[in-house]
Amino acid sequence: MSKKWKYKDIDKWGPGRHEPGGTIPESGTAEDYKTGGWRTERPVRDQEKCNDCMICFFACPDSAIRVENGKLVDIDLGHCKGCGICAQVCPRDAIKMEDETRARKEEEKV
Amino acid sequence: MARPKEIASRPERLTGGHRLCAGCGAPINVRQIMSVCPGPAVVSVATGCLEVSTTIYPYTAWKDSMIHSAFENAAATICGVETAYRSLRKQGRIDKDMYFVAFGGDGGTYDIGLQALSGAVERGHNFVYVCYDNGAYMNTGFQRSGATPCGAWTTTSPVGKESYGKTQNRKDLAEILVAHDIPYVATASPHNFKDLMNKAEKAFNMPGPAFLNVISPCPRGWRTPGDQTIALAKEAVQSCYWPLYEVEYGKYKINYKPRPEKKTPVADWMKKQGRFAHLFKPGNEQVLEDIQAYIDRKWEELLKKEECL
Repeated sequence: MSKKWKYKDIDKWGPGRHEPGGTIPESGTAEDYKTGGWRTERPVRDQEKCNDCMICFFACPDSAIRVENGKLVDIDLGHCKGCGICAQVCPRDAIKMEDETRARKEEEKV
Repeated sequence: MARPKEIASRPERLTGGHRLCAGCGAPINVRQIMSVCPGPAVVSVATGCLEVSTTIYPYTAWKDSMIHSAFENAAATICGVETAYRSLRKQGRIDKDMYFVAFGGDGGTYDIGLQALSGAVERGHNFVYVCYDNGAYMNTGFQRSGATPCGAWTTTSPVGKESYGKTQNRKDLAEILVAHDIPYVATASPHNFKDLMNKAEKAFNMPGPAFLNVISPCPRGWRTPGDQTIALAKEAVQSCYWPLYEVEYGKYKINYKPRPEKKTPVADWMKKQGRFAHLFKPGNEQVLEDIQAYIDRKWEELLKKEECL
């Protein structure tokens, strides 16, 4: 599909506007849905300890570890559900889980 | 296989924003498998957690075409797509190489979808079937399936005075597929991602049906903390509950053999899961012994198969 499927106002659509069979004509739209609000703990990465081994990338259920050109760039907090697998599998203890409420309060201060 | 760093730099095939539980094993498996898919793919998913949570309208987490029709026919559906593709290619209306994958949970593979899968591999369609095995019907609230291990609590194998959970042993699905004499059958675990991606790549490049059985720990159903998913998969392999092996054209190869001193008792792995908690109360020692004896027997059998076949 060349034109982007505009579904932002989908709540207001009548029955005629949906694709037959409820087909979703565009791929990967779930990226627009943020699951970061599920989190009670937030992963924080220590860049100096990390050696880009990619174990956490392959172990993440939410595709939240962003990698560019073989380097770990950051953690996508919009989608991370805070399961803590990345911190558990890290062989160098470079990821720590921190309390989400406290982290948010500190963010607000800044 | 390409280096892990190179694979990690490729575009993501399953995006975030799906509604699977925090710490679920299924998307880990799907991401690892799809990351080595050599071209555009059509994915068919059997009804289950993965299908329901990744495609909540109007959102889809799949970057490839995804099709779902019913619980029992993920394999039959992908066969239809594959046949249509072959016809279109013959007519010159498609010139791209495409790949076909079906994902099913253990309910949709061991029990409900077994006849569709059996038929599909017997007809020899060129596709990969992946079973992510979490050991029960987790999507509907933990009912026992053919993959549930002996002794496990589920809502339909309850625990009480008269019962210690499921009384039967699990079905050995990989062996059923081996009996179909298909080009490639393998079992894998997400903790060993290099092994899993290697097997997935092999499966994609096989000229014919390939089957992967992948362990997929379920924090809700196994009653475990969400961050233990990978650790539990690893321990399942170390205790030989989930041996890693592949069968290529009838030739067995075990990919991981724990040294005798490293092979952990299966009870150590079970102790960490709430669904087996009742087995560690007094009076159930015999059940634990029987489970260990069964696992040891299956492991010995596998070693012999590797030797002879």
